[in-house]
Amino acid sequence: MLQLNDVHTWYGSVHALRGVSLTVGEGEIVSLLGGNACGKSTTMKTILGWVKPRSGEVIFGGQRITGKRPPQIVDAGIAPVLERRRMFPQLTVRENLMMGAWRRRDTAGIAKDIDKMAEIFPVTASRAGQAAGTLSGGEQQMVAMARALMARPKLLIMDEPSMGLSPKFVRTIFDLIIELNRREGLSILVVEQNANMALSIASRGYVLQTGEVVIADTADALLNNPQMQKAYLGIA
Amino acid sequence: MFEQLINGLTQGSIYALLALGFTIIFGVLRMVTFAHGEVFMVGAYSGFVVFTHLQDSLVLAIVAAVVTTFLLGALMEIVAFRRLRDAPHFSSLLVTIGFSVVLTQLALLIFGAEVEAIPMRQIEGLAFSEIRIGEVYVSYLQLSVLGVAILIMAATFLFFKYSRLGTAIRATAQDHEAAMAMGVDVNRIFTVTFAFGSMMGGIAGVLIGFYYNLFYPTMGVMLGLKAFSAAVIGGLASMPGAIVAGLMIGVVEVFSVDFVNSSFRHLIAFVFMFAILLIRPQGLFGSGQLRGARGD
Ligand SMILES: Nc1ncnc2c1ncn2[C@@H]1O[C@H](COP(=O)(O)OP(=O)(O)OP(=O)(O)O)[C@@H](O)[C@H]1O
Ligand SMILES: [Mg+2]
Repeated sequence: MLQLNDVHTWYGSVHALRGVSLTVGEGEIVSLLGGNACGKSTTMKTILGWVKPRSGEVIFGGQRITGKRPPQIVDAGIAPVLERRRMFPQLTVRENLMMGAWRRRDTAGIAKDIDKMAEIFPVTASRAGQAAGTLSGGEQQMVAMARALMARPKLLIMDEPSMGLSPKFVRTIFDLIIELNRREGLSILVVEQNANMALSIASRGYVLQTGEVVIADTADALLNNPQMQKAYLGIA
Repeated sequence: MFEQLINGLTQGSIYALLALGFTIIFGVLRMVTFAHGEVFMVGAYSGFVVFTHLQDSLVLAIVAAVVTTFLLGALMEIVAFRRLRDAPHFSSLLVTIGFSVVLTQLALLIFGAEVEAIPMRQIEGLAFSEIRIGEVYVSYLQLSVLGVAILIMAATFLFFKYSRLGTAIRATAQDHEAAMAMGVDVNRIFTVTFAFGSMMGGIAGVLIGFYYNLFYPTMGVMLGLKAFSAAVIGGLASMPGAIVAGLMIGVVEVFSVDFVNSSFRHLIAFVFMFAILLIRPQGLFGSGQLRGARGD
């Protein structure tokens, strides 16, 4: 469904991605792991069309989307949940969800999806009229996910969903991710530093290091990989 | 007394409109424009030309100002801001100063330096028919100015609060990257916002041009400064702040004329604003309504 082929992305003279290749299959959960500043967010931004790769290509649903503008990539069916949730703090929760549906025109379908989000994420209904900036971090993560789903994506990209949340809440979020994947057949790319958690839900994983994929394997193999255990899983 | 209050509010409603345009632009783009006064002047002349040469209808004059200054605003955003998005703020500032100079020079070239006025026979219907409200008489013109200003402000509020595009503009103001993630064309939002804010300046221009029946190339200079000041007093990114500050300045100015020579009115206005800032350095409505509390 999503395929990156030898992508090189630069910020001015900074060579941030040095030949990244990865795939996410239909209905698959894949995790992209790595420490600080290794290029995880840059990979996401390249997929979303926020930065243009200098070489290489991004293919989605059989179509080359490299160089397309961000709105067109949302139209193609990719929606991100950004790092740190990024609520519109002064908009109400409901307005935040409506913004998620910005590219859609099917009023009836949007209304139906709002109801659906209320079921999956009750906080979107109980706090519908409240300014999103006043919610707790965990609640905001729920709203951020609901908002992304309002675009009716085929692929959801989540940038560090566990950041700043308590372990219990992270579990809740990850359970929701699994449920969405099972129920809707949604493909999900989880970008994480929390490798343990991410690999517990993913079928495969990629490890980035200074802009390069250094390991690519199934989740089980990664969890048992000694190199991984030492560097990313906190097992000596 | 009541009459003076009406005069003050009329004057103030124009300041408010101008300040509101400035505030909307600043609130969304986080950029200051120094050409707002000149956009105001262009609005005034557009109305003047249409009224004197095409048809003497105030509505048509306003429409002319709306169209001209909306397009002018869009052009300015593309030249001064979009193309310089990654440049230091000062670069954009400089380009808006350039715009203000070019617009003033163009007006000088086309209309000359002398003050123009709409011929009496064309405007007397508006300016001298009065209606009675309680004890006082108010001219149709004054009523129209006040009415149009209030109408535009109310419409602006409804637009931002309830419309789809208005919500997207607020969202973009609060976090333009998050808006981009939803597929919002952020560049287009910036252009529309600048155009919209400029249009409000243009409407203010027609209104004040007709109210005083004076049109001259530098008419926007003092007004631009006052709009900027009202926006600062209001709290910079606060729409209610800009309106309240604009109205207050208008009222203070009109009443001050009772006590001091009228040529000091601008001075009084600025002294008043300075006094407010001493009491409330963050402005009347400290944190804005377009933007979040999240500073950047
Ligand atoms: N706009 C930018 N301009 C210049 N360099 C940038 C820019 N954005 C990111 N970088 C650089 O690119 C590299 C990768 O950054 P990126 O944000 O993709 O890392 P990350 O893996 O998401 O890190 P984190 O875990 O901290 O979120 C870093 O060295 C960073 O400094
Ligand atoms: Mg990151």
